[in-house]
Formats: sequence, structure tokens, C-alpha cells
Amino acid sequence: MILLAWTALKVGFALSFGLGLAGLLGWVERKQSAVLQDRIGANRADIFGFRILGLFHPIADALKLISKEDFAASQVRQPFHALAPMISLGCCMLCLAALPFGANFQAWESPVGLVYVLALLGLGAHGVVMAGYASGSNYGLLGGLRGVAQMVAYEVCLAAILAGPMFLYGTLDLAQAVRAQAGLWGMFSQPLAFLLFLVAGMAASKRIPFDLPEGESEIVGYHVEYSGMKFGMFMMSDFIENIVVAGLGTALFLGGWQVPFVHLSGTMGEAAMVASFCAKTCALLFLLMQVRWTLPRLRFDQLLDLGWKNILPLALINFLATVWGVWLWR
Amino acid sequence: MAMTVKTVSRPSRGLLEQIYIWEVVRGLGITFRHFFVNLTRHILALIGLPGKPGAATIQYPDVPAVLGARARTRHRLLRREDGAPRCTSCLLCETICPARCIRITAEESPDVMVEKRAKTFDIDLGMCVFCGHCVEACPVDAIRMDVDFVELASYSRADMILDMDELLKPS
Ligand code: SF4
Ligand code: SF4
Repeated sequence: MILLAWTALKVGFALSFGLGLAGLLGWVERKQSAVLQDRIGANRADIFGFRILGLFHPIADALKLISKEDFAASQVRQPFHALAPMISLGCCMLCLAALPFGANFQAWESPVGLVYVLALLGLGAHGVVMAGYASGSNYGLLGGLRGVAQMVAYEVCLAAILAGPMFLYGTLDLAQAVRAQAGLWGMFSQPLAFLLFLVAGMAASKRIPFDLPEGESEIVGYHVEYSGMKFGMFMMSDFIENIVVAGLGTALFLGGWQVPFVHLSGTMGEAAMVASFCAKTCALLFLLMQVRWTLPRLRFDQLLDLGWKNILPLALINFLATVWGVWLWR
Repeated sequence: MAMTVKTVSRPSRGLLEQIYIWEVVRGLGITFRHFFVNLTRHILALIGLPGKPGAATIQYPDVPAVLGARARTRHRLLRREDGAPRCTSCLLCETICPARCIRITAEESPDVMVEKRAKTFDIDLGMCVFCGHCVEACPVDAIRMDVDFVELASYSRADMILDMDELLKPS
């Protein structure tokens, strides 16, 4: 019974962290871009005259999306049209289970946690291509095709990049990988892999400058035929994918739950670990968002060139160097 | 006369630009600087300390809009000393208007010194591009445009058409 409650607590925390933060990220994105562009940003939604910096806007957005008509054009292919957002959202929400929030606070402790996350991120591409196909619209199809080409390219890169650090840590278990960084965080022992991971992670989660599948100014994207909460689910899955990538980066390169020079133990220590992990994830998310407001979108051939011709070879070189280094060192 | 030729060298990209990473870091530096400078200003303003504003936004309906000194907006028809409209219905403004949004019908004037006067005078502000040509064209200074008035809006296209009575009233 206690075990069940404990598990429920861990699962509930992971889910509410992902979903809550995803809701908040919409606000962060608006306000962050506003502040760095010398604007004020959305601040008009109020409850009884209180505005609290526009924090009610995510609520207003959610209400609007939920209460909007669930419209499907006559040419869409059912049931794929309805299925696609579920696949997208489901895959990224499942990823949250493997994030190691604390030493004993991981919803699903698995010896293959990393493979699980990468596999689910790859599966998420099905939602994108299915949405594009089921839309029955050429723009949607183009977006879906772009999405799947991009995501496949960058999942491959992601796996090749993470091969180096995982070889160094000697495990595929995310919690074990965090423990292996007790002496030196991954971003210092594997700086090249960290850099490449940030780029590939952004591309895998379809963020600007890699948001080709949904480039609003050219093709609108794979979700062009979606409205209401189905569109909202795609938005959510984008944000959650972001959170997963940031969480993965925290676990693999930023020392996960560890606080430098402090030894955490006991219940309070566990809580501090979770707080530390969440803080690092948020910091990484902040960086990813800042990149979004700094760089313009790439062209599609540039995007694929960057993935296959630059990141993949660099990642493989990094992997070989790591293997060689570990072999020399042993 | 010999033509002067100025040779402009193509901007070249050095190694640092081609690697791109350093340029990304520089770009991030700019956005981070803006973010933190503006954030500090917002916080200073929030706790009531003086300083520059953190945003260039004008919160328009709450704060009056600032128009340029040379901005000309709503049209106005002027009157003579005896109160009659100055317009002699010469149609020069209607002719020159590039948006073709002025409609005038003429009638005979009871004043023997004036040949014609306007019976109706409509300007469709929904179509007007505020070029000011009508004001330039008028030979008797009968039409002018007001400054500092931006509330030109209505719920229907028909309401955007101002007739002579409205045009004779100052905004
Ligand atoms: S300002 Fe220009 S567009 Fe407007 S009524 Fe006069 S001439 Fe026509
Ligand atoms: S140009 Fe002047 S006088 Fe002639 S019709 Fe227009 S407003 Fe009247």
C-alpha cells in the first residue's frame, strides 16, 4: 500500500512537472521574448482586475482551446486525424517517466532509461507524419514530411552524441549516469557532446531555429488542419518534448540532482535533490528559449546538412575519442 | 566626363564566422544583455525606483497615443466669415484624390459673389489614405486636416463616411 502510494507520488510528480511546466512555458515564452525585445508582452487577461504579470494568459488560452469547436475538414482521413495528436502527446508524456528527479525519486527506474527516452522521442515523429498525412492538405503533408526527415536525422545524431558520455559513465540507466557524474559533471568531461546535444536536442524537439515542420511563414505546418484542443495537444507535446530534452541534458551533462560540494541525504536531502534537478532543467529551458529568440530559421537543406554532415561525424569522432581515452586511462 | 567607379569589396566571412558557434554566442550575448537590462529596469520600476523604462511600449487606450507633429488626420471643412462653407464645389479635391473617396454634388449658391456651393460633401475615411492632396488642391482653403486625432473607428463601413454636417463640425 505504501509502495503503491509512493509510486503514485513519483508518477504524479513527473506528470505534473511536465504538464504544469508546459503550461507555464507558454507564459515564459511570451514574457521572455517581450522583455528581450523591449516590449511588455501579453498582460491584459485579468481576474477581478488582478493581472499578475499576465500569468492568467495560459489559463485563458487553455479555456479558449478547450471550448473551441473541434473542427475537422471534410477531406481529413479519420481515425488518423484524431489519433495523431494523441500519439504525439502520449509519447512525450511517457518520456517524463524516465527522468531521474532524485536519487530515489524516479517514476520508472530502468537499466535502459536512455534508450527508452530516445525511442519514445523517435516514436513521436509518427504523430507528426500522421498528422501531415491525415490532414489531406498539401501544406500539412509537406510539414509532416519535413518533420519526419528532420526528426529521424536528429534522433540518429542524438544517439551518436550520447554514445560518448554513456560510454564514459558505463551505463544506460539515467540515475546511474547521474551518480557517475559525482566527481565531474558531463558538460566538463564531454564538452563537445554537450554542445552537440544542445543543437540536436533543439532540432529533435522542433524548436526555432529548427522549426521547419511548422514554419508559420512558409507552410504553417503539419498541424494546419487542427483546431481547438487537438492543436493544443500538439503545442503541449512540443513544450513537453522541450522539457524532456532539457531534463535529459540535466541528467546527462549537468550532474542531475547533485549540488556541487554538498552531500545530500535523508528526506530533506531528497527534496533538495528534486529541487536542484528542477532548477537545472529550468535553467537549461531558459537557455533553449533564449536561442529561439536569437537565431533565425534555417533552410531545410542547411538543416539536413548540419545534421548528417556536421553533427553526426563530430559525434562519432567524439565517441571514438572517448573510447580511446577511456581505454588509455584504464 | 569620366565616370567614377567605386569598388566595393564583398563582405567576406572569416573562419570564426563560418564555424558559426562564436557568432551564435555573440547573438546570445546581445539578447541576454537586453533581457537582463530590461528586467532590471522593470523591477526598479515595480518597486518605485526611478530609471529608464524597460519597454518602449505605449499602452495606448490607457495612455494617450503620441502622434508626430506633422501628422494630419481627420478632415474639416472651413467656413467663411458669414458662416457659410468656404467650399465652392470646384471638384479639384475630388479630382486629385488618389483614393477616390470624396463625393461632392454642387448646387447654385444664393450668394451672387459665389457661383456654386456644395450640396453634399462626403469623405469616406475608410478609404482615405491621408495623403493630404485634397488640402493642397483646394484653391479657396476650404478643407483642412486636423492634428492629434486618431479615434477614427467605427463598427461599420457606412459609419466611416463623413457627410458635410460632420465635416463642418470640428473634431
Ligand atoms: S487625404 Fe488624400 S485620400 Fe484622403 S480625401 Fe484627401 S486626397 Fe483623398
Ligand atoms: S477643392 Fe476646395 S473648394 Fe474645391 S470642391 Fe474641394 S473643398 Fe470645395
